[in-house]
Amino acid sequence: MSTTTKKTYWKGLAQLKNDPSYVKHADKEFVDMGVSEDPGHSRRDFLKMMGFSVAAASLAACEAPIRKAIPYVVKPLDADAGIPNYYASTYVNGGDYCSVVVKVRDGRPIKLDGNALSSVTKGGTSAQVEASVLSLYDNFRLRGPKTPSSEINKAKWEDVDKGIIAKLEEVSGKGEQIRIVSNTILSPSTKASIEKFKAKYPTTTHIQYDPISYYGLLKANEESFGSAIIPSYDFSKAKVIVSVGADFLGTWLSPIEFAKAYGTTRAVSEEKRDMSRHYQFESNLSLTGANADYRSLMKPSQEGAVLAQIYNIIAGRNAADSGVAHVEKAAKELLANKGASLVVCSSNDKEVQVLVNEINNLLGNYGSTILTSLPVNFRQGNDEAMTAFIEDTKASKIGAVIFFNCNPVYDHPKGAELASALKNTKLAVSTSCTPDETASASGYMAPDHHYLESWNDFEPKPNHYSLSQPAITPLFPTRQAQESLLIWAGDKNVEYYSVISENWKNWFFAKQTSSLDFQSFWDKCLYEGVYELPVEQKELSFTSHAEDALSKIGASKKSTGFELVIYESYAIGNGNQANNPLLQELPDPITKATWDHYITVSQKDAREVLKLDNDAEGYTKLISLTLGGNTIKLPALIQPGQAPGTIGVALGYGRTKVGTVADGIGVNVYPWVATTNGSLNYSITTGLTVASTEDDFQLAQTQTHQTYMGRESVIQESVLSEFKENPAAGREYPKITNWDEKVDPATLSLWKGHEYKSHYWGMAIDLNTCNGCAACVVACNVENNVALVGKKEVINRREMHWLRIDRYYSSDANPEDYKAAEIAAENPEVVFQPMMCQHCNNAPCETVCPVAATTHSTEGLNQMTYNRCIGTRYCANNCPYKVRRFNWFKYHDNQQFYQSNPAMNTDLGRMVLNPEVTVRSRGVMEKCSFCVQRIQTGKLTAKKERRPMKDGEVITACQAACSTGAIVFGDMNNSESHISKLLKIESDPKRPYGIDKKIGNPRAYRVLEDIGVKPNVFYLTKIKNRDEKKEHA
Amino acid sequence: MMKDRLSDLVKLLTLVLFVTTSFTSFAQEIPTDAAAISAGEALFNGNCKSCHRVKQKLVGPALAGVENRAPSIAWIIEWVKNPAKKIASGDEYANKIYNEYNKSQMTAFTSYTDAQILSILAYVKADAEKVEVAPAAAQQTAGGGSAGVPSSYLNAIVGGMLLILLLMLVILGLIVSALKKYLNQKELSEDDQQVVNSPYTFATITRSSGFIFLVVFIVAAVGFKTTIDGLYSIGVQQDYQPKQPIAFSHKLHAGSYEIDCKYCHTGVLKGKQANIPSPNICMNCHTQIKQESPEIQKIYAAIGYDSKTASYTGKQKPIEWVRIHNLPDLAYFNHAQHVNVGGIECQTCHGPVQEMEVVKQYSLLTMGWCIDCHRKTDVNTKDNEYYNKLNELHLSAKKSKMKVEDIGGLECAKCHY
Repeated sequence: MSTTTKKTYWKGLAQLKNDPSYVKHADKEFVDMGVSEDPGHSRRDFLKMMGFSVAAASLAACEAPIRKAIPYVVKPLDADAGIPNYYASTYVNGGDYCSVVVKVRDGRPIKLDGNALSSVTKGGTSAQVEASVLSLYDNFRLRGPKTPSSEINKAKWEDVDKGIIAKLEEVSGKGEQIRIVSNTILSPSTKASIEKFKAKYPTTTHIQYDPISYYGLLKANEESFGSAIIPSYDFSKAKVIVSVGADFLGTWLSPIEFAKAYGTTRAVSEEKRDMSRHYQFESNLSLTGANADYRSLMKPSQEGAVLAQIYNIIAGRNAADSGVAHVEKAAKELLANKGASLVVCSSNDKEVQVLVNEINNLLGNYGSTILTSLPVNFRQGNDEAMTAFIEDTKASKIGAVIFFNCNPVYDHPKGAELASALKNTKLAVSTSCTPDETASASGYMAPDHHYLESWNDFEPKPNHYSLSQPAITPLFPTRQAQESLLIWAGDKNVEYYSVISENWKNWFFAKQTSSLDFQSFWDKCLYEGVYELPVEQKELSFTSHAEDALSKIGASKKSTGFELVIYESYAIGNGNQANNPLLQELPDPITKATWDHYITVSQKDAREVLKLDNDAEGYTKLISLTLGGNTIKLPALIQPGQAPGTIGVALGYGRTKVGTVADGIGVNVYPWVATTNGSLNYSITTGLTVASTEDDFQLAQTQTHQTYMGRESVIQESVLSEFKENPAAGREYPKITNWDEKVDPATLSLWKGHEYKSHYWGMAIDLNTCNGCAACVVACNVENNVALVGKKEVINRREMHWLRIDRYYSSDANPEDYKAAEIAAENPEVVFQPMMCQHCNNAPCETVCPVAATTHSTEGLNQMTYNRCIGTRYCANNCPYKVRRFNWFKYHDNQQFYQSNPAMNTDLGRMVLNPEVTVRSRGVMEKCSFCVQRIQTGKLTAKKERRPMKDGEVITACQAACSTGAIVFGDMNNSESHISKLLKIESDPKRPYGIDKKIGNPRAYRVLEDIGVKPNVFYLTKIKNRDEKKEHA
Repeated sequence: MMKDRLSDLVKLLTLVLFVTTSFTSFAQEIPTDAAAISAGEALFNGNCKSCHRVKQKLVGPALAGVENRAPSIAWIIEWVKNPAKKIASGDEYANKIYNEYNKSQMTAFTSYTDAQILSILAYVKADAEKVEVAPAAAQQTAGGGSAGVPSSYLNAIVGGMLLILLLMLVILGLIVSALKKYLNQKELSEDDQQVVNSPYTFATITRSSGFIFLVVFIVAAVGFKTTIDGLYSIGVQQDYQPKQPIAFSHKLHAGSYEIDCKYCHTGVLKGKQANIPSPNICMNCHTQIKQESPEIQKIYAAIGYDSKTASYTGKQKPIEWVRIHNLPDLAYFNHAQHVNVGGIECQTCHGPVQEMEVVKQYSLLTMGWCIDCHRKTDVNTKDNEYYNKLNELHLSAKKSKMKVEDIGGLECAKCHY
């Protein structure tokens, strides 16, 4: 059964093929791109300035600067300067839901963490959630309301209310139609407010739509179960997972929840030598596809055929071959794991989803991995109602419309038509926080608070409630949108806080018995952020429509020429947070591209059709795509794993009213989303024309920016079958040559080694549960005030991220063989490896620093002292892991970085900075500190309470952000700590505090063990659940 | 049903407990055990000391003998918890004190338990009975603490040495003239005679190369030293004493009235910042005291207090104090670590604040100054289990006490991150 193959690892196609553009810079830590700062002054000016500054400094020294210290007038009891407070709250964005805990320092929210008490998200977060704290301080936010006659931000709320109420009464009096348009509303109190509004204006209809529609899934479930619901999916119970196009770890439905559950099925250890098997059939290489054990290329037009084949095999019928690899294998394994399997599909076509339901029903998955008794309340958008609304508006049948925190002009395919139709509508109001596309097309802007300034309640699943509470006083004279609705409905002196608490008193307090008075009940709910009640286990009954679905699918699929797959960008999402530079600069987990909108094409198509070749520096050409008379031009990115004949393009770009950060990035492809069977369809199978142009473009990718010079023991992986026999499978044990024998590199050292008497901080990263989602990267950026440098500087390889996720492609081809490499690159395997400072015990950086700016601590940390650093960059040159980042510029208070780094260049943005961490200046080196500020705080807490430290008291930002628990940090001197138990650390009785602890976990390895730097970061081998055996090159 | 019965039972139990405790507390005498006295001392210093002393009349009466003066101990307890109620009730003794102290009403301490109030009384009693220690002895112990030589000694030594030098100069002059006389009596060549008889003028000395070298050297050395010192003092603001918007006197509050620093600087045990007190803390006393003072009026203006109607107007304006201690952004300092964990006195770094009319920066606040202290200071390991293991390890290897330096107190990332 098993075949043995050799494996090569590569970060990009240019590396695989040893392209000259790659080789040119491969051995350089700092590529000479020339310092391209606009100096605005010459060398002579420098001398003049120096003379002046010496004089100024000596003058300044005579007089102390006047700095003010302004205490509270009346200090609130719980607010102490310098001590953070934490408030539970909830993040909601166009159907995405996450229960969070907000860290508030001196009145300013500065960091978000997941709320572990929520049984929906279970303490997980995503990159978008982590980044949303910066959106609070977005300079593009509205600073006041607007009436049709006023300038932006300049109106008064009284005038806005007067004008809107007058119009509403006029419209309602004539019996004309009123619409409230929103994304899915999860909030019961908001729904109650809308009902109140409806009672006052009876012609009102509330329309929900979502930028990324799941309407097809809703309709399919209506057909199968008689009820338009989306069930809960429980990946944790699935042994075989088949996903047809669904990127459930990245963007599909409820990725935070799914990533957590999926992670539990992927965790392996010496004791648990079992894991789920995951098949992915898709066109674009998605985050989920990258984690799959078997990934097969499929065109969108083949989706129905793949599912039909699976269905027929499971149903025991004759199955026509779909022409896609591994389908039969997947179907047979599904059949063998009835009730412990799961089939999901991203299609928004009702018929396709009905067939998926049929498969899951045959497999007995309802009631075990799919719970119809616990339907989710997100993604309730109705495409038909929304389309009808736009048609009505065009036909001037709508008198008034309120856009409740949504942006259909941008994110609906018919947005442009809506925008022009709104000109003839009597009243159009937008409650959006920013003057976005829809707000700009509406006469009135009645801006809502940011979610971190608001009161809100949510019900993501039945009987699972959560609350939002303001973590800061509203920054601008904005107003809670629900409050606006109630005021327009005639309420006077309404305060939304009392509305919500009154609702909770009536709805929930009355039905519970644990709290005696409402205040203590309310306080407890606010403190915990969630309130959950048991749910009745009653599954819906299934009605089969298999034949019908099969025949419809068979008839509908035509394919000519290139097929287009429109996907939700992992970082930017639906485009709502496009103006957030943390997300723009976050390298896409797969393409590693930042700040850009591009199309992904396969290697084969690039060469044969588009006449493009790979380039390590990201040089490419614009490609023109034409569909039904519309033409867009986007740069091409050659993506290994892209199905030939398909093109991937992301939503969320091309915003026109968006603020300075995302201004001019990309093209809006929402208008390209077609409608099939009444729901929005995100793949185009016919009618697309693709042509190359002569326009040059340079993409800012980080993928080949750091290389290990071919030392490939960096990734150590194996397959489950081998792991079952030997838990050390895949491990490499490098040996180095002594005088006469080969020995373990750890035994040879020039140094005596350290002794850590107090704590010994270390980290372990499980490559099997890490899915590459990069929430940790954003969390690290926010926690450590990491500068964002903008597209140009990313191209110059000067991104500042302390933590990066290395994405390695691997294939079993001989890299010397061009042809073979090409084939291998068609569908490579992917491994993610989070890489940050390894805190080496024999740190090469420490020995080369001429000014001792980087030193070793008595707790195992490799310390970086910015104020001592003189910028020789020797340390970065000597770092084998390429994790040290150099400040080529002053990124704060520098107009040059105003666009990319508002958090350090605007008064509003600066509020997000963590006061515990220094903002670094030009000319100094920086790197991961193991969140030393958190370590110090944890230690101080223990000291103040006069007790030893407890495990789990110090959690690094990346660890807190990791939904799957792949990152474990702790004290390796404490035998009871999680990390000690995970790594099975046995301390040497002769040197109990020495660095050479015996690591008992056979999966644990240090990257580049052979160079003997002895890092304090351990990685656990990657295990894939594949049949064939592998061997390292 | 079961639940109801249970909760009834609980209620009954609490009631019984409440009655018995309150009953016993009424009957209670002032405790005399050391634990109660020390607990009382802490409470007294933290809360009462701003207005009361044991043996001295301050804002409020001296408390010595209060247990005999007041109608009863129960009366004292009620008074402390709610003086306004007692006065309003028409209580004779309460009104007597109220009028005696210019109708300034004591702050109510509603949260105190009876036991806490009794412990304060215990401390007052114990302190009143204590025999006063002779101040001379106290001074002596204070003087003995410093190991250095007094400056008057130094002056005497320098003066003595100067005298000796002068004497030597005179003796040398005498020797020279004696030698000259002796040589003149001898037969000498013309050249030698010239040398011997060459006059010692001011000009010959100043023109001599040795002298020029000496002067140049001294000037250069002094200049160099001044420059270096000057450069090192850039950004050092020792003795910085800016004028503050309100002439608050630490000498009066911390010195004369001995109000505990922590009473106003509430954050000092909790976190990084010691906290500049918010005006609502001032109002604990100054609703009653010195209402007319123009400086107090500034506080009223800030917090929006109308002293005529004794009510808050809601119009607030924060006070902009001038920061005296400015650490650079790159240095992290935490008060709780030093004061709470380390047990360091405020005066160690801030100097004799209780003697300062206007506060100034007492210490250098340079890195050298920090490091110096970290080298010299013993870690406060007493009753702190966090340090147990470290201390044990340290003592097994060395005999000297564990210094801050020994547990990484000089490492960069302890203060810079």
